[in-house]
Order: sequence, then structure tokens, then C-alpha cells
Amino acid sequence: MKTDDFIALLAAQTPPVDQHAPARRFALAWIAGFVVALLLMVLLLGVRPDIEDAVRVPTFWFRLCYAGAIAAAALWVTARLARPGVRVGGAWAVLATPVALGWVAMGWVLAHAAPGTHLPLILGHTWRVCPILIATLAMPAFVAMLWAVRGMAPVRPRLAGAAVGLLAGATGTVAYCLHCPEMAPPFWSTWYLLGMLIPAALGTLVGPRALRW
Amino acid sequence: MATEVLPWLFLQPARPVPCDVLRNAAKTLSMKSRQASAQPLEPRPAGSSAAEAELRVCLVAGLAGDAARYRRFLDGLSGHLRAYLRRRLPRARDDVEDILQETLLAVHNARHTYRPEQPLTAWVHAIARYKLMDFFRAHSRREALHDPFDDDGGLFVASDVEPTDARRDVAVLLQALPDRHRLPIQLVKLEGLSVAEAAQRCGMSESAVKVGVHRGLKALAARIRGNT
Repeated sequence: MKTDDFIALLAAQTPPVDQHAPARRFALAWIAGFVVALLLMVLLLGVRPDIEDAVRVPTFWFRLCYAGAIAAAALWVTARLARPGVRVGGAWAVLATPVALGWVAMGWVLAHAAPGTHLPLILGHTWRVCPILIATLAMPAFVAMLWAVRGMAPVRPRLAGAAVGLLAGATGTVAYCLHCPEMAPPFWSTWYLLGMLIPAALGTLVGPRALRW
Repeated sequence: MATEVLPWLFLQPARPVPCDVLRNAAKTLSMKSRQASAQPLEPRPAGSSAAEAELRVCLVAGLAGDAARYRRFLDGLSGHLRAYLRRRLPRARDDVEDILQETLLAVHNARHTYRPEQPLTAWVHAIARYKLMDFFRAHSRREALHDPFDDDGGLFVASDVEPTDARRDVAVLLQALPDRHRLPIQLVKLEGLSVAEAAQRCGMSESAVKVGVHRGLKALAARIRGNT
């Protein structure tokens, strides 16, 4: 009897559900996170002074695509984890592809590098700050995407938190690409990835709490 | 975890319904089956049945704003869920209605996450499982160590449940309250929502939620003092 009343209560308020609302919420959150990351990058770090020359170098775009592809794949994984009963499935493979391609590029460059230049290629000049800066730039998208996923129903909140973190990390990385002077694939397929994994780890920690529903 | 077969929910009338019938039914209800090709369909669970097909049609209509059919969906679903929960919690019958209502509320609040092309079983199962795990976590760490879905329900024996019942006495007391008091207290005081959120979730006005919390707590206090 009580449950019947409860059902009546729930059924009493059924405005039509907008099937596109989740997509809009995700888009809004991601764009907001990305724009704030860009602003932070411009204000705190500054666009690299030689950006006009840099955009003519293919590696610049390769690096940007690396971050962008991880962001897109992580967004897909996140969107799937945000709905109950939807398997992530092939989205994992899509997410792994750019990471693997980055490592292939690293291997290729290192294999063709002169002896003794391997370590400088990997460490670059900024390896100490790179992951921290990426993690910092990821924070706006991290908060925004957590908000977006909170509006959904993630039944695996820890994993969803990790996906949100990775997405935020990749988003921050896209912004950071416009500042970072390092172009060598061994550098960015190491430290960029590490920078993305920091917010992912953070997401793993806060997911169960932040994404409860 | 996600690959398990889910024949659990709609088992009763086991007449199989072809997939395309379901999909056409969803389409005729003017719901655009968005990105049907982009989104690979989950394999249909073996136990999918006429019951699932009907519930699914009602839910899809409900999502489009048909309150009567949405109600029929919730009614039908609650029967299946109750049977499911009773199988899982043979010794905790008092909790079944609690969890049932929590699950129904979760289904209601998450209804925008359902996509018409998705099997209803997978969606509902994921939510029910989440809420049940939530219950186990809150209820007792010890019970949470069992995976309640891989056993036949016989593992949850009285010796584990009885000590934890004492901790549930708030829930037992709350049970005695009418829904208009119980829901606001549960949402605002136990789940920590704001008054506005609680109002939105249970479909009451904000002032009704405030009054509900106030009167409900008063009634609870009276009950605890024993002068009801």
C-alpha cells in the first residue's frame, strides 16, 4: 500500500524527458572546463612566444591530436559510464589507441636518436613542472565534468571518477599544448600522460563520494 | 562484471519477443531512436519476455510525458523488483520495501539516462544492483563482502542480519511515518539534499518539504519517547 502511494507520487510528476539534455550538459561542462583551462594557461603561463613558427611544425599538430584524441575517447568512456547498464566495451580500445600511438612514436624517435641523447629527449627541459601544470589546468574541466556526471547515474562511481579525471587531464593537456615548448614525442608521451593520470587518480579517489546518487 | 547474463528480472512469462518488434514499438511512440547505429545494442538477455516488452513500451511512453503509462511502468516494475529483492533478502523482508522504494526513486530520478534502444533489463538491473550494494554497504561491512548476485540467496542467514537491525531502527521508525513526512526527512536529513533538491525529487513544494521535516521529526521524537 505504501509503495503504491509512493508510485503515485512519482508518477504524478512526469514532464516529458528531454533525451538530449545529457548530451547538452556534457557539452556545456566540457566547453566550460576547456575555456577556463585556456584562460588559466594564457594568464598563468602564457602562450609560447614562437607559436607562429610552431604551428608550421607537424609535430605540434601531432601532439595536439594526441591530447585531443585522448580527450575525445575519455569523453566517450565517461558518457558510457554515466548510464546504468551500458558497457564501455570498445571505447576502452579507442582510448588506448592514442596512448599506444604515442608510445610507438616515442620508440621510433628513440630508436633513431644518436646514442647519449635518449635521456635528454625524454626529460626535455620542463619535465619537473609539466605533469603538475597539466594537472592544474585540468581542474576546471575536472570540476565541470564531475558536475555533468553527477546529473547522470553512474553505477561504477570509482571508475567513472577515473574517466572524468582522465578526460579533464586530456582537456588540460590540449590547453597546455599551446604553452609547452617541448616537441619531442618521447617527452610528451611520457609526461603529458603522467599529467593526465594525476587527475585520473584524483577522480578514482573522489569518485565514490562525489558521484554518489 | 558487465558481461554477466541477466535473466533475473522479467522471467515470469517466458514468451520470447523478437528484437525488431520491441524496436518498432519504441519507434511508433514517436521517440526518435537516436544514434541507433552508433550505439551497439547489448545482446538480448535470455530471459527477455513479454513483460519486459510491455514495461519498456510503457517507460518509453512515460519518458514522452504519458503519466498513466509511466505509472503502469512503475507498478509493473515494482512487482518484479519486489520479487527480485525478496529472493536476495529472504531474511530481511522489512528492508525489502525500503530498498524497493529507494530503487524506484532511483529509477525515476535516472529515467533520463535510459535510451529507448537499450535493453530495459540491463538498465534496471544496473540500478537495482547499485541500490542493493548501497544498502549492503550501509547495512553491514560483513554482508558487503558477499557478492549477492552470484549466490542463490541462501547465504544471508539470520545471524548476520539480526545485529544489524538495531542500527536500522531509524529506518524502522521512519517506516511508521506517512510518506509526506518520511520522504522529506529521508532526503534532507539522511541523504543530505538541500530543501530545494528534495522538493524537486519528491515532487513537493519547498514549504511542504520543510513542514514535512518539521512535523516528521516531531512525530519521531514523540514515538521515541513512547507516547504515540
